[in-house]
Amino acid sequence: MGQISAQNHIPHISKKTPWRSSIMNRLRRDKWLYLLLLPGLLYFVVFKYFPMWGILLAFQNYQPFTGFWKSEWVGLEHFRLFFENPEFYMLLRNTLLLSFYNLIFFFPAPIIFALLLNEVRQVFFKRTIQTMIYVPHFISMVIVASLTYVFLTTEGGTVNELIFQYTGDKIQFLSDPSWFRPIIILQTIWKECGWGTIIFLAALAAVDVEQYEAATIDGANRWRQTWHITLPAIRSTIVILLILRMGSVLDNGFEQIYLMLNPLNRSVGEVFDTYVYAMGITQGAFSYSTAVGLFKSVVGVILVLGANWLAKRFGQSGLY
Amino acid sequence: MRFMAKTYRTPAGMTFDTINYIVLTLFGLAAVLPFVYVIAGSFASDAELTSRAVFFIPKSFTLNAYEFIFSTDTIVRSIGISLYVTVIGTLVNLFFTLTMAYALAKRGLYGRNLVLNLVIFSMLFGGGMIPTYLVVKELHLLDSLWALMLPGAISAFNLIIVKNFFQEIPIEIEEAGRIDGCSEIGLLGRIVLPLSMPVIATFTLFYAVGHWNDFFASLLYINNPEKWPLQVMLRQIVLLSQAAAGDLNSMDPNFVKPPDQSIKMAVIVVGTIPILCVYPFLQKHFAKGVLLGSVKG
Repeated sequence: MGQISAQNHIPHISKKTPWRSSIMNRLRRDKWLYLLLLPGLLYFVVFKYFPMWGILLAFQNYQPFTGFWKSEWVGLEHFRLFFENPEFYMLLRNTLLLSFYNLIFFFPAPIIFALLLNEVRQVFFKRTIQTMIYVPHFISMVIVASLTYVFLTTEGGTVNELIFQYTGDKIQFLSDPSWFRPIIILQTIWKECGWGTIIFLAALAAVDVEQYEAATIDGANRWRQTWHITLPAIRSTIVILLILRMGSVLDNGFEQIYLMLNPLNRSVGEVFDTYVYAMGITQGAFSYSTAVGLFKSVVGVILVLGANWLAKRFGQSGLY
Repeated sequence: MRFMAKTYRTPAGMTFDTINYIVLTLFGLAAVLPFVYVIAGSFASDAELTSRAVFFIPKSFTLNAYEFIFSTDTIVRSIGISLYVTVIGTLVNLFFTLTMAYALAKRGLYGRNLVLNLVIFSMLFGGGMIPTYLVVKELHLLDSLWALMLPGAISAFNLIIVKNFFQEIPIEIEEAGRIDGCSEIGLLGRIVLPLSMPVIATFTLFYAVGHWNDFFASLLYINNPEKWPLQVMLRQIVLLSQAAAGDLNSMDPNFVKPPDQSIKMAVIVVGTIPILCVYPFLQKHFAKGVLLGSVKG
């Protein structure tokens, strides 16, 4: 929070008071501020820090009827069960593959899109396209999944009707496991690609026009200018977004996966988040699913900090 | 950038521009045409939906699908619940976020850094789905609409942005207010909030869209079908194809039931329209919000 600006709050200078009474004075003086702080602080304690304490469930055999205090401690038993479960490898594979495809196909999309938009000179055209491509970002995942169903279902789905007219056949997009990952990635690209351009366009707007002028005079063509001026201008943005992406390798977006999941594509679709939901909420295995969730978030924190450290090693500013 | 126009008017440059404009137009259309098709389809007749694969203007104009939707108790109720949660939930968000951000914006506040670190740590690590669920359960909030509003009352990210904005307000303005006899709460209400209207508008929209679109919290905390918001109902109707079964029997026998497809489309439209209505404001404010977030503070 290193910000250079005027002190917002002028401390009352009390001469020669012992520190204890000076703290009491400050507390008394700021009582209204503490009153304002209270609701938010309560929120963080109750809904953020109580659950963190609840992680201890992962080392217990928690039963809702016996309660937290009387449940039996089992140490790492749930973790052992989880790692020995063949489902663990299925979950790990599904999660990592989705993240990998996401990185390969989705991550570069907004960058390319922003570069293309950056080449447009007509302001009106650029604005219009931007207005259009931001729309899907604000649409809920349920609507995105609903649109996917309306288009792809075999019972009167628009795309399948078209395919049927030409080939006399229908494709089981929604239940065939081999279509699951492509559909998820396409949904992500459709929903977030346009929105993802904003941050790059902002970085590009900050580039000094004189750099392009100088490059033009030096005989650089458009491609050279993109390579030597435009891309370096967004390099640090790309690195920061990559760090964030790395840190969330195990997050596949619960809502999206859950909505597209069905018993037929479970073998490729089930990921850690949906598994935690299925085991914990649906089947009531609270301790086991807490252990699974804890494994996931610990790996997530390690990945974020690791990627951040790496970025700093390579001379980028990093996040923390 | 006018100087570039000259250098780009080479054959290669013009070819690139043409292709670029075409590609961008296609992307733009791909983003909005699904909605246009679904809106058109929701007004189309049964026969037209099965005979014409893709169209953007229905030949047969009918309101059957909408009449059906608004004649069912379940869908109308879920729309009401969504509106209620969006309005009240956003007020809850604003109350919690603004009060806390104002207190944290005071650099002299004793214990400020501790609280700030608590907030930042909660962004990096959390209890996860099950422990949070159990906390909500212990508070007896399951199946209560408060479960959709309280567990997400503050987004730590938004809180920090608002706090940074409050810190930017010149201290002299507040000092003047204090000299005129304004209390700390009066300062917030009469000086700081009016000065922060653009930021507050941005976060009102952030939170409101989040509530309208929320599916996860309802899935987790609401089991009673009578308290399902629209997003959950949408999933039931479109993904699980369980049309409002209870209401089908109580319907007017003369009513011709529209095809499932057009009902689905109409429900999708109902779920989308509020977002499209505020979209002009969203686009303006959200882009600003994203950039606000990218400023370290």
